[in-house]
Amino acid sequence: MKRLAMNGDQAVALSWKQIDPDVVSSYPITPQTIIVETFAEYVANGEVGTEYICSESEHSSMSMCIGASAAGARSATATASAGLAYMWEMLYIAASMRLPVVMTVANRALSGPINIHCDHSDAMGARDSGWIQIYAENVQEAYDNSIMSFRIAEDMGVRLPVMNCLDGFIVTHAIESMEPLDDDAVKKFVGDFKPIHPLLDVKSPHSFGPFDMPEYYFEHKYAQQKAMENALDVVRKVSDEYAQISGRKYDLLECYRCEDAEYVALSIGSTAGTMKQVVDDLRAEGHKVGSIKLRLFRPFPFQDVAKVLDGRKGVAVLDRALSFGAAGPLFADVCSAMFGNSSSSPAFNYIYGLGGRDVGVEDLKKVYFDMEDGTAKAVNYLGVKL
Amino acid sequence: MPVRLTEGHRLCAGCAEPIVAKQVLLATDKPVVVANATGCFEVSTSGFPQSAWEVPWIHTAFATTAATISGVESAYVSLKRKGKISEDIRFVAFGGDGATYDIGLQALSGAIERGHRFMYVCLNNEAYMNTGIQRSGATQRGASTTTCPSGTCIPGKKEIPKDLTKIIAAHKLPYAAQASPHNWKDLIAKAAKGFEANGPSFLNIITPCPRGWRYDGANTIEMAKLAVETGMWPLYEYENGKWTLTGETKRIAEGKMERRPLADWLKAQGRFKHLLAPEWKDVVDDIQNNLDASWDELLRLTKL
Amino acid sequence: MSTAEDVIVEPGTARKYHTGSWRSKKPVVDKEKCINCLFCWMFCPDNSIIVEGGEMKGIKYTHCKGCGICSRQCPKDAITMVEEGEE
Repeated sequence: MKRLAMNGDQAVALSWKQIDPDVVSSYPITPQTIIVETFAEYVANGEVGTEYICSESEHSSMSMCIGASAAGARSATATASAGLAYMWEMLYIAASMRLPVVMTVANRALSGPINIHCDHSDAMGARDSGWIQIYAENVQEAYDNSIMSFRIAEDMGVRLPVMNCLDGFIVTHAIESMEPLDDDAVKKFVGDFKPIHPLLDVKSPHSFGPFDMPEYYFEHKYAQQKAMENALDVVRKVSDEYAQISGRKYDLLECYRCEDAEYVALSIGSTAGTMKQVVDDLRAEGHKVGSIKLRLFRPFPFQDVAKVLDGRKGVAVLDRALSFGAAGPLFADVCSAMFGNSSSSPAFNYIYGLGGRDVGVEDLKKVYFDMEDGTAKAVNYLGVKL
Repeated sequence: MPVRLTEGHRLCAGCAEPIVAKQVLLATDKPVVVANATGCFEVSTSGFPQSAWEVPWIHTAFATTAATISGVESAYVSLKRKGKISEDIRFVAFGGDGATYDIGLQALSGAIERGHRFMYVCLNNEAYMNTGIQRSGATQRGASTTTCPSGTCIPGKKEIPKDLTKIIAAHKLPYAAQASPHNWKDLIAKAAKGFEANGPSFLNIITPCPRGWRYDGANTIEMAKLAVETGMWPLYEYENGKWTLTGETKRIAEGKMERRPLADWLKAQGRFKHLLAPEWKDVVDDIQNNLDASWDELLRLTKL
Repeated sequence: MSTAEDVIVEPGTARKYHTGSWRSKKPVVDKEKCINCLFCWMFCPDNSIIVEGGEMKGIKYTHCKGCGICSRQCPKDAITMVEEGEE
C-alpha cells in the first residue's frame, strides 16, 4: 500500500472506513471532530454501511454505543476532554456490561480553565472505569492502534471496551506520512463481529444491566479484573498478528537505547517520540541514557515495567496529568510496579505539558541532567513558570 | 398473548407501574425490546440473578433511556440493512417522571429529533419515588414531598409542573398521547398507535403511587380515574399535528359528563391534605386557575 | 461468560421469588358472582389472576401481594379481602 499524508484524526477515520462498524455515534469536540467529520463524508458518499448517529451529547453518544453494542452491533465513537468527562457514568456501564465498544480519545486538558490543547488528564481520569487504554505516539500508531483495538475489545477472553488515545493536536492535527493497510487486509484482520446474547436475538431474551446487590456486585467486578488481566496477553497476541500483516511490530512497552542505560525516562504518547531525539542527542554527548514508551496503560503491564526499570541509577516518569494532592497517575503505577517487584531504582516524577504547554528536546534533557547531578526531586514540574 | 413482564417483581403492592406496562405491552404482538430508566420499575424487575422480563431488556442509567433505545434501534436498522436479522421488532422505553421530565429530557428530545422508531412511555407518578418521594418537574403544585414538604410557612411544591406532553409534541413527532390505566381500552389503543407510528412516539401515562401519594393501594385504579375525571390528567392524542380528546376527557368536553371538582382530587390523597386548611385557600385557587387555563388551552388546540 | 457480566441470561426468573409472603390481606373469589369480565386480570399488578380459556379460575397466592385492586375493581363484588389466615 502506498504511503499517504494525513493527520491522526483522518487516520482513525480511515481505519473506521475500512472496518465499517455497524453503528458509529458522534458528537463534535475539539480536537476529535475531524474524525466524525471525515467519517460523515464516507457515510454521505456511501463508502460505508454504518448507521451513523449524531447524538445530542457525549453522555448520549456513549449510551447509544452501549445500546447498539448490547443489541449486537460493532460500535464506535470518538471524544475528548470534557466530552469524555461527560460520559463518565456511562464508561463504567459499558465496561460492566462487557461491551466491546471502541472509542478514540483525542487527549485534551480538562476544564477549568477551559483549554483545548493536549494533556492526558481526560483519559487518566477515566483510568479506573474498566476501559483498556492504548496510547499512540504518532499518526501511524493512531491508525494501527485503532484497528487492533477492535480485535482486543472483541476477544472472547476480554470483551471490554477500548480507548484508543492520541495526543490532541500533536497527533490529531499534525499531518504525517503513514502507510495504511489494504481494505481487505483490515476487514480480514478484524473479522466479523460476534455478539454475545444480543438484545436483538428476540427468541432468546436477556436482561442487560440489572440491579446488582452485595451478593453479586463484587463477583462482577472481579470478573472485570480477570478480563483486564487476560487483556495483557491478548494485546500481545493481537500485536503479533498485526505485525504479520503490517510489518509493524508493537509491544506493551518499547525501550529505546535502554540496554546499558543508567538513566531512563518513561513516557506515553507523542512525548515518547520526542524522547528518542533527546536520547540520541545525549548519547552523542556520552550520556548513558535511554527512554521507554508505554503503549498500554490499562491493563498496566506491571511485570514488564518493573523488569525494564530494574537496576537503573535513576528512573524518571513523565506525566502529562496531575492527581492534585498526590502526583502523576503514571508515576504511581510505575512505583507500584517497581515496589511490587523489589526493584530499588530511584524514581522521580516529572509533571509536564499540562494544557498543551510545549515541551521540546532541550526541556526534556533537563530530566536526565537532574537525575545525573542529583537535583531531581520526588515530584518535579517541568516548564512551569514560577 | 404470552406474559412479557412476570409476577415475582418487587414493586409495592398496588403499584400502577406493572399495570401500565402490561397494558402497553398488550398493544403489539410483534417482538419487543425494552429499555428502562433507573427507578422503581428497573430496580424491582431486575434484581440479579432474577429478571421479571420475558423480552430482551436493557437498563443503562437514569438519564439515558432514550439514548440507549436509540442505540438499540440504530443497531437494528444497521443489521437489518446488512441482512443479518429479519424479524420485525418494536422498541419501547420506560422511564419515570424523574427520568423523563428532568434528568433524561435532553436524551429524549435528541432521540425524538433524530427520528428513531421507538415508543417512549413515561410512567408518571409525579415524583422521585424510588429514592423516597422527592419533587420532580412533574410534581403538582401544592403536593407535599420529602424535598418540598408542607410546612408552617410553605404548603408543599410552589411551582406548577411542566407540560411535558406538549413539549414533546413541539418536536412534531408522529404520535404523542396522554393516557390512564383505568381506561385500558384507550391506553392500549394509544400504545398500538405508538408502536405502529412511523417514527418516534410518546405516551405520558398517569401512574398512581400509593406510597408517594398516600392513599390505600387498593384505590390505584380509582385514583387514575379521578385524575382524569377532575381534569387534572386529560386524555388526548397528538397525531400528525392534530389534537384529539379521548375517553372521559372527550365526554366531559362534549357535555356528556360532569368534570368532577378539584376538591375530590385533593381530598383523596395525603400529599394534598394540608391544602384543605383555610389558610392555604389561595394555593387551591391557584391550582384551580391553572387547571381551568390548561383545560381551556387543550380545548382550543382540539378545535384548531 | 454467563454470570461474569451483569446480564441475566434466563428470562422470567423473578417467578422464583414468591411475593405472596408479603400479603396481610387475601383476596377470596366467589365464582357464583363472577362474570369473567377479567377486569381483575387487567388491573392485577402481579399477574396473579389465573385465567384459562377466557375464564377467571382463581388467584395465584404464591405471588399475590394482597393489594386489593382486584376486589375494588370487580363490578360484581365477587372478590372479598379477608385477613390472612381468617378465611
